[in-house]
Amino acid sequence: MWSALKRLYHQLGSPKWFYEITSRWSPWFLWIGTALTLVGVIWGLAFAPADYLQGNSFRIIYIHVPAALLSQSAYIMMAVAGLVGLVWKMKMSFVVGKTIAPIGASLAVIALVTGAIWGKPTWGTWWVWDARLTSMLILLFLYMGVMAIYNAIESEEMANKAAAVLALVGSINIPIIKYSVEWWNTLHQPATITLTKKPTMAPEMFIPLVLTIIGFYCWFAVWVFARTRNEILWRERRTKWVKSLLSMGANR
Amino acid sequence: MHPQRKQKLFIILFMLCGIALAVGLMLVALKENINLFYTPTQIAAGEAPINRTIRAGGMVVEGSVSRVKEGLTVSFGVTDGKDIITIEFDGILPDLFREGQGIVALGQLNENNVFIASEVLAKHDENYMPPEVADALEKAHNKGQDDVKSARY
Repeated sequence: MWSALKRLYHQLGSPKWFYEITSRWSPWFLWIGTALTLVGVIWGLAFAPADYLQGNSFRIIYIHVPAALLSQSAYIMMAVAGLVGLVWKMKMSFVVGKTIAPIGASLAVIALVTGAIWGKPTWGTWWVWDARLTSMLILLFLYMGVMAIYNAIESEEMANKAAAVLALVGSINIPIIKYSVEWWNTLHQPATITLTKKPTMAPEMFIPLVLTIIGFYCWFAVWVFARTRNEILWRERRTKWVKSLLSMGANR
Repeated sequence: MHPQRKQKLFIILFMLCGIALAVGLMLVALKENINLFYTPTQIAAGEAPINRTIRAGGMVVEGSVSRVKEGLTVSFGVTDGKDIITIEFDGILPDLFREGQGIVALGQLNENNVFIASEVLAKHDENYMPPEVADALEKAHNKGQDDVKSARY
């Protein structure tokens, strides 16, 4: 098991191999992700019961929670990719870190916007500077910082290092987001889904939420693969295999 | 692992721990500023400043909501299980406002320890369930209390 994982890790380090394997994986992730998200969203919006307190407005949870959860997972992946890049000097790792940043930023925006739309009818305000909302906004700024570094620094190597360092330092924000609702008193409620306890949500509401969460993760994979493949083609544009790939496409 | 890489990994992890410690200490120092609202216990203990705009939060006490005959002014008690403060509010309450519900109010505490609110926000908890389940739970809860009462007499 360990040696298989180690081999996969080394293979993923090769741009050509990454390009080929992800072109085979992508359709699977795309279709499974689309199916799960569609089923989950339709189930959640049309068939799940309304909440006893919030009525129908709670249904935005089926977008809000997957986006918020994934934007944090994506940040951890970006930070780990940065660490691997810095320590083991693995180029592909930097590429993946770079491609995750705008995706994670979009997810953070979705989480913040859906949260504001949810907050207005339930709390009575779009925004409040409590610990959860503020730390989530900082997450968005961290993503933007990583993107800005790649746009501002010409040298690829320098940009990779600077972005990886920012991603690693910013990862301290992730536990702060997670525990913000426990460490401080906030307007945002504590977590519904935890790894250790039963979800505090009726099962007929919870199952569609799980489906949309898994669906979002699959979509995220497709998105990261697509952007990374793009980046690989650009960085490797002078190599033989990319040239032959492109000429094959041109002849088809 | 190559010793050079090992060293690099340790340096990075060490720096991360250092930064995490610094951020942690900062957050502990700023705890009072990061908390969104004062609890009734804090206000009763005199920790909240008087005549300055602050937030107060807690659960609306059952049976404490009273309205004046004319106008929108409403007053209610808010508790955190230990102490109760009275909040007066002249405005439109959020839809979720009800007795037993968590709220956060923005306003000023006056000399009589009454909190004059200019904005009231509703909190909701992390529990989601269909209305039937909530009804059933409440019935079971009431029945349990009735059983206790009848057992007592």
